[in-house]
Amino acid sequence: MIDVLVVGGGNAALCAALMAREAGASVLLLEASPREWRGGNSQHTRNLRCMHDEPQDVLVEAYPEEEYWQDLLRVTGGITNERLARIAIRASSTCRGWMRRHGVHFQPPLSGALHVARTNAFFMGGGKALVNAYYRSAEALGVQIRYDTPVDSVEMRDGRFVAAHVPPREVGGRTLPAERIEARACVLAAGGFESNREWLREAWGQNERGEWPADNFLIRGTRFNRGVLLRSMIEAGADVIGDPTQAHMVAIDARAPLYDGGICTRIDCVSLGVVVNREGRRFYDEGEDFWPKRYAIWGRLVAQQPGQIAFSIIDQKAIGRFMPPVFPGTTAGSLAELARKLELPEAALVESIEAYNRACRVGQFDHTQLDDCHTEGVEPAKTHWARPLDTPPFYGYALKPGVTFTYLGLKTDENAAVHFAGEPCANLFVAGEMMAGNVLGKGYTAGVGMSIGTAFGRIAGTRAAAAAGHHTPAVNEGKAHAIA
Amino acid sequence: MQLRDPIAVDAPVGQGEPYELIPVLSVAEAEVDRQLHICNACRYCEGFCAVFPAMTRRLEFAKADIHYLANLCHNCGACLHACQYAAPHEFAVNVPQAMAKVRLDTYSDYAWPAAFGALYRRNGLTMALAGAAGLALFLLLALLVNGTLLPGRLASDFYAVFPHNTLALMFGGAFGFAVLALGVGVRRFWKGITPAETEAVATGAATLEASGAVLRLKYLDGGHGQGCNNESDRFTLWRRRYHHLTFYGFMLCFAATGVATLYHYLLGAEAPYPVFSLPVLLGIAGGIGLVIGPAGLLVLGYRRDPAQGDVAQRPMDRGFIALLLLISLTGFALLIGRDTGAMAILLAVHLGVVMAFFLTMPYGKFAHGIFRSAALLKYAIEKRQPDRLKLGSE
Repeated sequence: MIDVLVVGGGNAALCAALMAREAGASVLLLEASPREWRGGNSQHTRNLRCMHDEPQDVLVEAYPEEEYWQDLLRVTGGITNERLARIAIRASSTCRGWMRRHGVHFQPPLSGALHVARTNAFFMGGGKALVNAYYRSAEALGVQIRYDTPVDSVEMRDGRFVAAHVPPREVGGRTLPAERIEARACVLAAGGFESNREWLREAWGQNERGEWPADNFLIRGTRFNRGVLLRSMIEAGADVIGDPTQAHMVAIDARAPLYDGGICTRIDCVSLGVVVNREGRRFYDEGEDFWPKRYAIWGRLVAQQPGQIAFSIIDQKAIGRFMPPVFPGTTAGSLAELARKLELPEAALVESIEAYNRACRVGQFDHTQLDDCHTEGVEPAKTHWARPLDTPPFYGYALKPGVTFTYLGLKTDENAAVHFAGEPCANLFVAGEMMAGNVLGKGYTAGVGMSIGTAFGRIAGTRAAAAAGHHTPAVNEGKAHAIA
Repeated sequence: MQLRDPIAVDAPVGQGEPYELIPVLSVAEAEVDRQLHICNACRYCEGFCAVFPAMTRRLEFAKADIHYLANLCHNCGACLHACQYAAPHEFAVNVPQAMAKVRLDTYSDYAWPAAFGALYRRNGLTMALAGAAGLALFLLLALLVNGTLLPGRLASDFYAVFPHNTLALMFGGAFGFAVLALGVGVRRFWKGITPAETEAVATGAATLEASGAVLRLKYLDGGHGQGCNNESDRFTLWRRRYHHLTFYGFMLCFAATGVATLYHYLLGAEAPYPVFSLPVLLGIAGGIGLVIGPAGLLVLGYRRDPAQGDVAQRPMDRGFIALLLLISLTGFALLIGRDTGAMAILLAVHLGVVMAFFLTMPYGKFAHGIFRSAALLKYAIEKRQPDRLKLGSE
């Protein structure tokens, strides 16, 4: 019998598998996706938010625990678990040596992301390079890996994990039979439910306009996070945490693919212009704060608009001042023409923008600071970077809510144990997006998902190995790792 | 809405937009343009090589930019294996492959004389014909001069088989033409990738940096020093090592010929030279590199992931590598057999292969070194100029 079964194939699952294997356990990792799609949402990530008290290789200055904690407290509005959050924060200051030994390379921030040079360590080549490195290392260490193997439920007996159930499935034209895989301990790291359209629809419900808002969401992440196992755990009585409508959710290009659009579908010109809804009306302060601090709220803002769609509109002055979008904007020589091309009500759009233009009080425009360009006498106000849209051509980008991952998950503790009726299970653990909601009740700050996944993945792997009788000697931890 | 669909391959042709003034992109170039718009919005690969930092200095990719970036790419494969948008993703990003296709176009488009650019198209055939022609030429010549291919033992007296001046004239002529053709070609390439408004001036520092990148093959180190990709997402330094053996082996052989020429004309010392003379020692050292290097590159090439690069160009790559390998092998055969009755044949075969190499130098894989060096020089110049874009933070 396998010592440790890891369900999932992303960062948290791989961290768990590697730690368990290093502790001496035999490990089997089940990835639901085919090999070419392996890695879950981790393949779309790019950095790790890291605590550090002094400059550390690619990280400049310092980012102490308290500042990290305060940042997390602010973005979550206090809906977090301080004990677990601090575990993830502290682990982020020491895990990178281990990550490097497993083949992960770090680099200074990418161009356009210098604002996180102090707080975030970037993976060279992004998350897929990290995932590849972990898989290589896992294979070299003797972790067994199976692709195309989703788990739909786990079998419990007397409060302990006994086996995982794999349903019958089609793989490469062949029908594979159902399987029951026993193990001494198990780590669940199979992601959220963001690509389960029915569940999203049910969670978001119907709004006052009679719309089902979630029907208009795009999924920035993997198409394989359908929440099948999460739902079965909830039905089996595991303790749950989080609001099913809370998620990492940003406003992305409406033309993005339904799944796996990843980073390149973002639209970064919001703070340089105005954003209107389908009716041609502005609805929120586009210049409230720097875009990196605001992009994560715009997904929900757009979700609340009619048709769950909005339009970012800029003029020629903004060109060359924001990260290039993957799809070209709709261009027009006049606002009226732009309205027609974007299929917006012409009079309303022209009126909205003219009202905004009249309200602009332009001082010293500086996109790198909270400058003094603002509006007066228009609702909603634009508090920074307000300049009239008066220089054609005008550009418009349609925006839709893009869900990266959902926060509903399994309640856990400092040992990453799955809980039933408040009691921790002795041999069933959870990591990654399936438990990130313990720390992230709402909101987001760049790189924190990978911090949580890495910290709790490693804890879960260590605990699962221990539950199977393989204890990691404290002195040896962090040594004797294979290098891919 | 007018879109550049990131999925469909389509040249960006706008209505009433300034595109009309820009040369229309070929299908291969339009594919690079499509992919680079995705890459420019992602940028995860910036740490791997020079292509991506050069890309981020641009928002649009004109023909000149595409030709430049295509030759800056070393086909190391790192960005393909790390790409979240690689197939089966519908964006189907494969930068090494898209770049390789354009690269071949640039070799043939900038070739001089222009009509000879077509030789790149069916390069396996070109190589085979050149090899056959070289061999036939020297075997017939040997027969013509000596009346027989087996004139008996000539005690390493090469010039008894082929008069020295004949050889000097033939190889001098072929080499001179290769230098001229490549020189004109790369000059046309340089002008093509450097539009008048961005006149590039090479500073000492830029030249030094580019030379370093060429001589150390910096961009086969993966950005992290563990090397490039070959058959999988695993990194390997062997491609870089085999390439070094090939390049420096070739240079040593070239040096051996150069020293021998000096011996001949300055010192009046005629071949054959003893085994422990400078020309022969240089030749042996270079020859060893030129056996191991090309053999290793051939093996790596056969094992390479077919998605990495343009499979259609493999005959060109293999033809060139095989020719290099033949040069060293026939050279060693000649060294071993130079005091035997087979010397005339061995010499004719060796010279025939070397002649084939010189003839195809400006119309085969050899050109990659010249074009890539030019692109690296442009990169070293460009990165020292202020970035015109002020993209701020995402």
